[in-house]
Amino acid sequence: MKLTVAGLSVRYGARQAIAAVDLTAHPGEMLAVIGPNGSGKSSLVKAIAGLVTHAGVVAFDGSPLRPERIGYMPQDIGARAALTVLEAVLLGRLGRLGLRVRPDDLAAVEAVLGELDLMPLASRYLGELSGGQRQLVFLAQALASEPSLLLLDEPISALDIRHQLEVMEIVLRMTKSRGLTTLVILHDLNIAARFADAVMVMRQGRVVCSGRPGDVIDASMVAAVFGVEAALSSAPDGRLIVTPLRALAAA
Amino acid sequence: MSTLSLTATYAAMGARRVAVLAIGCAAILVSLVLDVATGPAFLPVAAVAKSVFGLAQDRTVDAIIWSIRLPIAFVALVVGAALGLSGAIMQTILNNPLASSYTLGVSAGAGFGAALVIVLGVAMPVPEAWGIPLMAFLFAGIACAGVYGIGQARESSPEMLVLAGIALLFLFQALLALLQFVASPEALQQIVFWLFGSLQKASWSKLWIITAVLVACIPVLVVDVWRLTALKLGDERARGLGVDVRRLRLRCFVLISALTGVAVAFVGTIGFVGLVAPHIARMLVGEDQRSFLPASALYGALLLSLASIASKTVLPGAIVPIGIVTSLIGVPFFVWLILRNRRAFW
Repeated sequence: MKLTVAGLSVRYGARQAIAAVDLTAHPGEMLAVIGPNGSGKSSLVKAIAGLVTHAGVVAFDGSPLRPERIGYMPQDIGARAALTVLEAVLLGRLGRLGLRVRPDDLAAVEAVLGELDLMPLASRYLGELSGGQRQLVFLAQALASEPSLLLLDEPISALDIRHQLEVMEIVLRMTKSRGLTTLVILHDLNIAARFADAVMVMRQGRVVCSGRPGDVIDASMVAAVFGVEAALSSAPDGRLIVTPLRALAAA
Repeated sequence: MSTLSLTATYAAMGARRVAVLAIGCAAILVSLVLDVATGPAFLPVAAVAKSVFGLAQDRTVDAIIWSIRLPIAFVALVVGAALGLSGAIMQTILNNPLASSYTLGVSAGAGFGAALVIVLGVAMPVPEAWGIPLMAFLFAGIACAGVYGIGQARESSPEMLVLAGIALLFLFQALLALLQFVASPEALQQIVFWLFGSLQKASWSKLWIITAVLVACIPVLVVDVWRLTALKLGDERARGLGVDVRRLRLRCFVLISALTGVAVAFVGTIGFVGLVAPHIARMLVGEDQRSFLPASALYGALLLSLASIASKTVLPGAIVPIGIVTSLIGVPFFVWLILRNRRAFW
C-alpha cells in the first residue's frame, strides 16, 4: 500500500522541527531517510506514526493510517522493564492480545524471533541484554505486529557490522516478501546506498533531495548536507561506496 | 526451536507465576489463622477453627473471634492488597520504582484530611465515626487529582507527575504540621495515633467497603492489563503500540485514588506496603501486569497480615501501631531483598 505524505510540518513550541515535507513510498520498497543530527528525521517518522501533533496529510492508499497497521521502532533502546523478550515481542501484537495469549500470537512471535535469531533469548529479561540485543528485540516487536507500514528509527545504531548487515537483509527481505512499505532512518550512507530502493535527504527540517541512491548520494550532496569531503567509488558488484576524507572547515 | 518449544517456554513461565501466586495464597491462609489466634489471649488454632466453622462451645471465644479478631485480620488483608495494588499501578504508570501513594503525597493528603476533622471538627453529613475516614478519602482524591493536574502541564510525563507528587507531599506535610501546631494536646495525640496507622477500629462494615472498592477495580485493570505492560517500555514506545497514554494514566489515577483513599481512611497511613509489595512481586514474577498486579496485591496482603501478627507479639501485653511495625520489620527485609537481587530492574 502506498504511503503519501503531503505538506507535513511539526513544531515544538517555537521551534519548527520539520516544514512542508512531501514524500511517497510504495509497497515492497525501502525508503531510507538520511541527514545530519537534528535535521528532523525522527520528527518525520513520529508524525507519520501519529505520535506528535502535526500539520499536513499522511495517508495510506488514500486513507488515514490506523495504528495497528504500523510497526514502529523508536530510537530509544533503554527500556529496563522486568519483561522477558517473549513478552516484549508479544506487545507488538497489543491490539489482538487477550488475557490468555492465543497460539497464533505465539506462532507469529516465534516466526519473528526465529528470523532475528532471538529464540535462545526468549525467556531472558530485557535488563539482562546488551544494547544491540535490545535493539533486535524491539525490531522483532515492530515486525510481530505484521504491519503494512514499517517505520524504523535508526534500527542498527547499536549493532556490530555483521548484525547491521544481517538485520538490513532481513528488513529488506520482509519488505519484498510481505510487500511492506518501509521507511528507515539511517546514518550510514553505505548501508543506505546498499539496501534502500530510494533515499530522501533532510537538512534543517526540509527535504533537500530524494531519488534512487545512485542519483542522490554524491560528493557534492555529502559536502553540502553533512559538511564532509567524501570520495565515491563503486564496489565490484556496482554498489556505491562512500569514503569520508575529512570535515570541511566551512561546514 | 519449534513452535512447541516456544509454547513450552511460555507455559513454563506461566506455570512458575501461577506457583508464586499459589504460594502467596497459601502463606496468606496460614498468616490469617495465626493473626486470628494471636492477641492479648492466645487462642489455639483448633479453637479458632472450631469457632470459624460454628463448632465452638465457648461464647466468649466466639465473640472475640467474630467481633474483634476476624474483622481485624481480614481488614489487614484487604488494606494490604489495596495498598500493594495501588503501589504497583503507580510504579507502572510513572515508570518509577520509588513511586507509591506514600512517597507521592496521597497518604499525606489523607492524613491532612483526617487531621482537619480532628482539630477543627469539620461537620460532615455522616455519623461522627465516619467523619475522619470520609475526609481522609476525600483528601486522598484531592491529592491524586492535584498530582495529575499539575502533571498535565507537561503532557503528564512521568517525571513531571513524580515531581508534582513530591511537591504535594511537602505541601500536605506542612499543612499537617500546622494543624498539629495549633491542635490541643488531646487532638494532637489523636492525630499522631491516626498517622501511626491502626487496625484496631476494624469492623465488618469497613471490611465490606474496602473489599467492594478492591473488587470494583479488577475489571478496569483487566481491560488495561496489556496497555499497562506496554507502558513499562516508556511512553513513546507505548504510544507507538497504539496506547492512549494520557487516558490510561487518568483511569489509573482514579483507581489509585479510590484504592489508597479507602485503605488509609480506615486504618491510617501505612507507608511501607505500597512501596515494597510491588518490588517483591517484580522480583518474583516480572512486570507482565497479568501476574504483577495480582502478585502485588497478594504480597501486600501477606505483608500487612504478618505485620498485624507482629504488632501483637513484639511487645508483650501491648499492641504496637501497625504503621510502625511494617517499617521496623519491613525495611531490613526490603534492603536484604534488593541487595540480593541480581537482575537489573532498577
